[in-house]
Amino acid sequence: MMNLDAGAGSPTKTLLSRRAFLATGGALVVSFSLLPALRLSAQQAPSAPKMPGSLDKTPMLESWIRVDADGGVTVFTGKAELGQGIKTAFIQIAADELGVAPARIAMITADTSRTPDEGYTAGSRSLTDSGTAIMHAAAQVREILIVRAAERLGIAAERLQAREGFVVADDGRRIAFGALVAAGQTETTRAQPASKLKEPRSYTLIGQPMPRVDIPAKVTGGTAFVQDLRLPGMVHARVVRPPSYGARLSEVQFDPVQRLPGVLKVVRDGSFLAVIAEREYQAVVAMRALSGAAKWDEHGELPVPAKLYDFLLQTPSNAMIDLDQRAATGVPAAAHTLEASYRRPYQMHASIGPSCAVGWLKDGTLTVWTHSQGVYPLRRAIAEMLKFPEDRVRCIHAEGSGCYGHNGADDVAADAALLARAFPDRPVRVQWMREQEHAWEPYGPAMLTQAKAALDGAGRIVDWQYDVWSNAHSTRPGRAGSLLPAWHLATPFAPPPPQPIPLPEGGGDRNAIPFYNFANVRVVHHFIPAMPIRVSALRGLGAYMNVFSVESFVDELALAAGADPVEFRLRHLDDSRARDAINAAAARFGWSAFAKARGRGRGFAFARYKNHAAYLALAVEVEVERETGRTRLLRAVAAVDSGQAVNPDGIRNQIEGGIVQSMSWTLFEAVGFDATRITSADWGSYPIARFPEIPETVEVQVIDRPGMPFLGTGEAAQGPTAAAIANAIADATGMRLRELPLTRERVKAAIGV
Amino acid sequence: MISLEINGRTHAVDADPATPLLYVLRDHLALDGAKFGCGLGQCGACTVMVDGQAIFSCITPISVLPGRHIKTVEGLGTAAEPGPLQRAFIAEQAAQCGYCIAGMIMRAQTLLEKNPAPTDAEIRRHMQPNLCRCGTHLRILRAVRRAADEIRAAESGTSRTG
Repeated sequence: MMNLDAGAGSPTKTLLSRRAFLATGGALVVSFSLLPALRLSAQQAPSAPKMPGSLDKTPMLESWIRVDADGGVTVFTGKAELGQGIKTAFIQIAADELGVAPARIAMITADTSRTPDEGYTAGSRSLTDSGTAIMHAAAQVREILIVRAAERLGIAAERLQAREGFVVADDGRRIAFGALVAAGQTETTRAQPASKLKEPRSYTLIGQPMPRVDIPAKVTGGTAFVQDLRLPGMVHARVVRPPSYGARLSEVQFDPVQRLPGVLKVVRDGSFLAVIAEREYQAVVAMRALSGAAKWDEHGELPVPAKLYDFLLQTPSNAMIDLDQRAATGVPAAAHTLEASYRRPYQMHASIGPSCAVGWLKDGTLTVWTHSQGVYPLRRAIAEMLKFPEDRVRCIHAEGSGCYGHNGADDVAADAALLARAFPDRPVRVQWMREQEHAWEPYGPAMLTQAKAALDGAGRIVDWQYDVWSNAHSTRPGRAGSLLPAWHLATPFAPPPPQPIPLPEGGGDRNAIPFYNFANVRVVHHFIPAMPIRVSALRGLGAYMNVFSVESFVDELALAAGADPVEFRLRHLDDSRARDAINAAAARFGWSAFAKARGRGRGFAFARYKNHAAYLALAVEVEVERETGRTRLLRAVAAVDSGQAVNPDGIRNQIEGGIVQSMSWTLFEAVGFDATRITSADWGSYPIARFPEIPETVEVQVIDRPGMPFLGTGEAAQGPTAAAIANAIADATGMRLRELPLTRERVKAAIGV
Repeated sequence: MISLEINGRTHAVDADPATPLLYVLRDHLALDGAKFGCGLGQCGACTVMVDGQAIFSCITPISVLPGRHIKTVEGLGTAAEPGPLQRAFIAEQAAQCGYCIAGMIMRAQTLLEKNPAPTDAEIRRHMQPNLCRCGTHLRILRAVRRAADEIRAAESGTSRTG
């Protein structure tokens, strides 16, 4: 094992808690005697049964939960806090199952030296993967502590309970957890496939709206973000990026820049150009000078913006049949046949804080503090780029500005790695400028869908054909060629060939298969490998566009069938949880009693995210100003079923935010570009929603399902919001808009004023 | 050296007079509340107060600030003893990633100091320059409302007893 813990090993201001310092300062690794019965069952298993959540990949209990002799508990997760509140939710889970106060728990998140490798914090999978693992690990540790206490007290384990960090007997005797931790033993304990989980009705923390542990520092100027990390002797760097994707640095004068105040080093490696200075603003000034001193060769190679969707259709693609359930006998006689096509432009993550990282090459080992969503894949990519062995690179997650997917986090970490190598022994902090974040982040891909369906005389959908054209929805690292600066090195790394994400997760085809009981369904995903514009995972991936398309088209079919849109959806759904969510949202909104005011309309949408995660139904009311075409989302009412709700207020916060963010994408956002360059370089050229555009109210009803598996929630609102708004505009104006964003110009053109 | 009064304390700063206040706060004085968002005065993540006005510290050079009263989010309270707006943001859980929040709080502070009883529409209008990407706006608005109500309640309590 490496010993390069940044908390205990260096007198630095870090993001690690005091608990973490203690935990690495020689604290005991808890060790347990395995229960004979459990050992037997594990040995008897001919092939290992699947372990719950991420325990399957990381089965040692010590990888997840550690109890120290002082009674402190450390919980480890390979997932990262992205502002979605998982740190708090994991503390709730661990504290409740273990029987310890939340304040006694130190939470260690994604760190390649300390936590399990759980891949990416993405796909709304954190509770399912890591929350499930922590829940089971905590329950198993609790049972082991109880067995030990039973031996110590000489009574049956059934007479013992774990409460507030003690194992408590029914006769009042109790032993602190810390006293049950055997010192000096090195035995490790494998998790069991089954755990003695608490009865959901006995939970005291799970299901309660616990305040987030990270918010107090964030509202008082405490060290909360990687941007705030300040290491001793730290220097500041800025990168000069090329003006466009294919541009190459032809010439640059270093001398004038090197003479500027505070400049320590100008770094050039091929077309990778950067400057390092003592002070941050000195680095900014030097970056501007260096930018002025650089000459670039660039060529126009981007699609023609006005013909973007022709480009998608005409670019070679690989067709994959996701589903084909058409009956051999053919489609029954149809009363109505409808066809429609929908469009979605490139859209941005547009994080408020430009990406940032700190790299430090010291004693031959590189440490990178990063807000990457995947510290382990990032480590592999950086090691490959630098030609370092992986065990000489450590990546530690520290929070950044909200990312909503694959933004510049990994790229700036690679910048920091390259600059730390160029300037060893002192920590190098690099943050992108606004225009760099806007122009270089990988966008959510432009997409095109075509839908065709038939209704029978009874108003049921009897044929459904759906095609979606899309680029890849993940070009995340793992390989050096996925890191932006690696493209620009003198010996460059090429991006690896893009791959589609297979179902049931799906990429471009995420949620392309409708969740409804339609007859004769055929869904085809046309995967476009060529990527003239850089793209990757944006919150919801293809689900945003597919749910927009499917739920818009369902509304168009409901209209053709003369049916109420809510009733029409229920007509095609047997899943009781889907029906519950739809009924709850409709009832709370007052769907059936809705009285339409002039210029206003209501819209509904439903999806089960990825068809296997959270259920979300949404009703909205919009107002469309005829003279300007301006659409305002007035109110939104959502009902969400995330399975067992750990922190209901956390779920509400995610869904409220998802609705507002998706509203902004849906009404306002498209990345601009010309033949050569991205033209959306700031908030003026890529406007997003501001306070005056925010709805009057957003209500979120959480449908709790105690004892049921956690269902990923963070991305569930993105698609339904887009469709519900489009449906409400159609209700308000009688006109159907099928091209995102639903701008005032498009609305105005549609209603013909 | 430039002398700056920040949160009631005077600091002598050795920096180029053209340096925007944001970099001095963060890099020289370790006051990390204000954040770099755009460097263009478009997003408000860097918002601090100068003589009661909300300013974009990312585009305000320190040369214009001697003799003026600068207040940052650190001047409103601490995690242990948060001020009224900070308490209200915690009570409403008005943050997701939280990167914009210090700027939001400082912009709201300038409103409440001038207008202790703002309408909801006035709050929205006042907060317009500041961007949030997580979609936390409605909680932010509720937090500002809550802080305004609590400050007024506390003051009317004081005036009754006084």
